[in-house]
Amino acid sequence: MQLKFQVKGMDFSRAGQAATKIKKALQLAGMDPATMRKAIIIAYEAEMNIVIHAYHGTLTANITPHKVEIIAEDVGPGIPDIPLAMQEGYSTAPPHIREMGFGAGMGLPNIKKSADELDIQSEVNKGTKLWAAVFNN
Amino acid sequence: MQQYFHSVRLDEEKCKGCTNCIKHCPTEAIRVRKGKARIIEERCIDCGECIRICPNQAKLAITDCLEKLKDFKYTVALPAPSFYGQFKPEVTPSRVLSALLALGFHDVFEVALAAEAVSWAIRHYMEVCVDRPRPLISSACPAVVRLIQVRFPSLLEHIIPIESPMEIAGRMAREQACRKTGLEPDEIGTFFITPCPAKVTEVKQPSEGRSSVDGAISMAVVYGALLKRLEMPAPYPVAPRASGVGIGWGRAGGENEAIKAGSLLAVDGIHSVISVLEEIERGGLTDIDYLEAQACTGGCIGGPLVPQNPFVARVRMGNLVKLYSAGEPGDFPRDFDYYRLKTPIPARPALTLAKDPQVALARLEEAERICAELPGLDCGSCGSPSCRALAEDIVQGYARRSYCIFELRERLQQLAEEMVELAQKQPPAMGRDWKQTRDGGGETD
Ligand code: SF4
Ligand code: SF4
Repeated sequence: MQLKFQVKGMDFSRAGQAATKIKKALQLAGMDPATMRKAIIIAYEAEMNIVIHAYHGTLTANITPHKVEIIAEDVGPGIPDIPLAMQEGYSTAPPHIREMGFGAGMGLPNIKKSADELDIQSEVNKGTKLWAAVFNN
Repeated sequence: MQQYFHSVRLDEEKCKGCTNCIKHCPTEAIRVRKGKARIIEERCIDCGECIRICPNQAKLAITDCLEKLKDFKYTVALPAPSFYGQFKPEVTPSRVLSALLALGFHDVFEVALAAEAVSWAIRHYMEVCVDRPRPLISSACPAVVRLIQVRFPSLLEHIIPIESPMEIAGRMAREQACRKTGLEPDEIGTFFITPCPAKVTEVKQPSEGRSSVDGAISMAVVYGALLKRLEMPAPYPVAPRASGVGIGWGRAGGENEAIKAGSLLAVDGIHSVISVLEEIERGGLTDIDYLEAQACTGGCIGGPLVPQNPFVARVRMGNLVKLYSAGEPGDFPRDFDYYRLKTPIPARPALTLAKDPQVALARLEEAERICAELPGLDCGSCGSPSCRALAEDIVQGYARRSYCIFELRERLQQLAEEMVELAQKQPPAMGRDWKQTRDGGGETD
């Protein structure tokens, strides 16, 4: 089954709502707690990445009994150097976002830690597509 | 399988089926059916929110009564720390404890004393087990533990594997009573004076085999019975052994004040607890070492079975904490294993749509579809807490679409239109144009 949500850049008042809905769905579907936790972290960080960095985008969850896929696609500045962005603490978030307690440069590293498989494609000045999978054992 | 026990029940006589409670339940455990609120047993975490909200006092907590003392040769009262805050300043803890003896208990063991010991154990665990996922979450409030079992199973590994002060108090009290009297352990009855139904459930259905506490009596009941005995002479006067550190556990923030190590966060009120747990679930708050989380606003002094106004109790607790702050830490075992939870706390997957994930997913998809068609007003008239919950109930076979009064109204409207149309079709004898033909004739339109 598929769940799809629109995410707006800079909309902090609704940030995290899509991830919360995905969590609820995973719980109703009876996913393993460990799968749930990993998928929530990925969904939340991916959603926040769109809110912080992009203009707008979508967050999608594909749920099957064996696997949860989280896909985040955005229209935005893109990531020039993906390996660098994967490093803990590396952040391009502007100071006013950091002052709000977001953009600590843990987004992608956290996603990497939680995902069983991960693929990130990005084009500068166009946008980013993140695909992550968690296997449900 | 053992039937699931929980303390919060419905008084059918008093319930008017008003649906006030269904929206406040943190686990969506209540439905109104046939004009009465029903609690879905395995979802209830005994937080008592529905007791507070019910305008008809139709929700109650099953607790033990004082008669149960007769079942034991020797009985020990275990007053919760919050109990001290229920009395006027001139009624000192010593008088309160002595009056418990006048009430019929043979001895008293303060849970506040066990709380001091547990504070030590928590500090010890935090120092030794630095590799455990952070933040560690307190295990003291059973409503929060059940909430995690039901709604946040992935956070179970964050719960600190230490028994609650109540459990430890029961154990210490029994050991002490055995030494004093020479009786067998099961001849001794330990009775917790409880601020809440959640603790009753912890006693009746603990996460480990058996509780060290034999009964839980409502604080409001004991308070009422005690007021009359405050003036009576006690068999012997009891001096409180707990210091301010342990007494403080009875109110929000007190547990953290007692631990005083690492970075600590305290949250109270079930809905605030939920938002903090959500934050932890999505990977946040890893900079916090320990989370004190209490289901009741204000902590245990805000418990559903507490007689005194929680704001008044809070001030009184604060004064007592100050008054007894100089007290020496009590005498308790400095062996961590004494406090350790022996078995892991299991998840309670009471929110899934079906056991089989394939079926659950199919139902989820169906529920999404139905939910999109429902009016989305969350009015509660169907007896489910929200349109979303109704859709989930429908796919599980617990409800029908016609429970939605808006859908029902629409269908009635259609039916009414059809009836009007039918009603306009007058019989020929009442003046409708009629065209005679050989085979009987018919209407002219
Ligand atoms: S006690 Fe709490 S969990 Fe149980 S039915 Fe009432 S509100 Fe729901
Ligand atoms: S906060 Fe205290 S009184 Fe309230 S449910 Fe938890 S343990 Fe019981």
